[in-house]
Amino acid sequence: MFVKQLSVFMENREGRLEQAAEVLKNQGINILSLSMADTMEYGMLRLVVSDPELAKSALRENGFSAMLTDVLAVKLEDQVGELYKLTHVLRTKGLNIEYMYALATSRQRAIIVKASDGKAAADAVQEGGLELYGNEELCC
Amino acid sequence: MIWNETKECMSRDEMQALQGARLVKLVDRVYHNVAYYRKKMQAVGLEPGDIRGLEDLPKLPFTTKDDLRDTYPFGMFAVPNSQIVRIHASSGTTGKATVVGYTRRDIDVWSECVARCITMAGMGREDIIQVAYGYGLFTGGLGGHYGAEKMGATVVPMSTGNTKKLITMMIDFGVTGILCTPSYLMHIAETIDEMGVRDKIRLKASLNGAEPWTEKMRRRIEEMLGIQAHDIYGLSEIMGPGVATDCRLHRGLHIHEDHFLPEIVDRESFRPVEDGVAGELVISTLTKEGIPLIRYRTKDLTSIDHTPCECGRTTARIARFTGRSDDMLIIRGVNVFPSQIEAALLEMGGTTPHYLMIVDRVNNLDTLQVQVEVEERFFSDEIRELENLTRKIEHVIQQAIGLAVKVKLVEPKALERSMGKAVHVIDNRKFE
Repeated sequence: MFVKQLSVFMENREGRLEQAAEVLKNQGINILSLSMADTMEYGMLRLVVSDPELAKSALRENGFSAMLTDVLAVKLEDQVGELYKLTHVLRTKGLNIEYMYALATSRQRAIIVKASDGKAAADAVQEGGLELYGNEELCC
Repeated sequence: MIWNETKECMSRDEMQALQGARLVKLVDRVYHNVAYYRKKMQAVGLEPGDIRGLEDLPKLPFTTKDDLRDTYPFGMFAVPNSQIVRIHASSGTTGKATVVGYTRRDIDVWSECVARCITMAGMGREDIIQVAYGYGLFTGGLGGHYGAEKMGATVVPMSTGNTKKLITMMIDFGVTGILCTPSYLMHIAETIDEMGVRDKIRLKASLNGAEPWTEKMRRRIEEMLGIQAHDIYGLSEIMGPGVATDCRLHRGLHIHEDHFLPEIVDRESFRPVEDGVAGELVISTLTKEGIPLIRYRTKDLTSIDHTPCECGRTTARIARFTGRSDDMLIIRGVNVFPSQIEAALLEMGGTTPHYLMIVDRVNNLDTLQVQVEVEERFFSDEIRELENLTRKIEHVIQQAIGLAVKVKLVEPKALERSMGKAVHVIDNRKFE
């Protein structure tokens, strides 16, 4: 039901993102999607990758603060009204969206969503006629 | 002008005789009235009769801030609380304040000492003086206030805060003297320039203390404002501001020796050193009633000169301070120990995360930033959570030290560790 998202705390300094990317490259990890949230002093890098566990341990060994978070990967069609469908379903259930970003590979299209209540959001999305990607389906 | 020629211009022999007599009485008083001191003396086999004069001073044990903490709040008081008319307090190493109590006579002596300092700075009854130290538990505001009143000046109790209002009143009242921290006076001077009112200012002298500054910064203040700036030294444990001040010659700070017996001791052996040799300043409060202290280690590093000064005073002069023998920082006049930050972070649960204090001076005001390493147990993928965490840490530290602080989260192991020991303080202030 959930997808493992890799979350990395990054200080706002030159070359730090490059270093993280290098660690992932050296481990042969593919990045399917990412979003970068920034504040004045630090950034939060959120990634969907081919091997989340390996990515997490590799980053930690290299001095990064990394963790895995459960998020939803909601399948969306390439047509008008898809985002509305998703947000409508969540709003009617009284669920809040913490953050979201898009994922598009040659085979998959999805919106990555972290909701205030992950389990309730997963149920609501499926009841509302939308489909979720599982970890294996997405990552491999 | 000299406020008290009898006391400030004594011959060395007379002064030593007075100090010796007062020391004997002091030791007798604390032995009989402060259980803590009695035990301390008994522990080294000393009785009041063993102290017959100044030459016996080195036999007495030192007193430190730890002693004050161990006896918190009133354990070192030598008189019943009915005789205490005022309490002041400063921050301690573990969050517990260092508490001092004053009898009515202590307040009189304090006022007398501050009056001597203000006179030394060339001010008199006809002057209008703004006291721009904080009023409250901190000794700066009320100490300066009582001294200026005692001397007979017109006192304007500004406290700290509204700089423009201070300057407006400075102009409208024709203020001629000011008491505040050196960094605040720099800030005032710059604001005066910004307002373009320099030609309306009638200020002629200042007394500045409660934080470290350099001779260069003193001269800069003098140039910026066209005044005589003086260094006023003090610490709440001993009394508050007014323990020592430099005269118009600025060749060290005259210490009011008839009330505060100074010694300079070697930083390692703790043996008294000769004039001109640097060491830690140790003070015995010869006349204090509320909380008399014997050989109190100030942790301030300086040297002493007992030769008479050309100004006419014979009281010993201590050199400008070169630093401290402990890790205490003075930020905006507030004493801050890294251990307080550590204790505050410990409140966040579990072990203390690695942290680094960065002290800086921006527009002449001290700033404190605390960098905290983001550990797994603190970590969240949500910015909002991290921001909440930052605010929470800021709040906890602020509660502990009483100073506004900015917390910055940094990556794990981002903070430098040297020789296996973490560096906890970077002080970027130039004091110039």
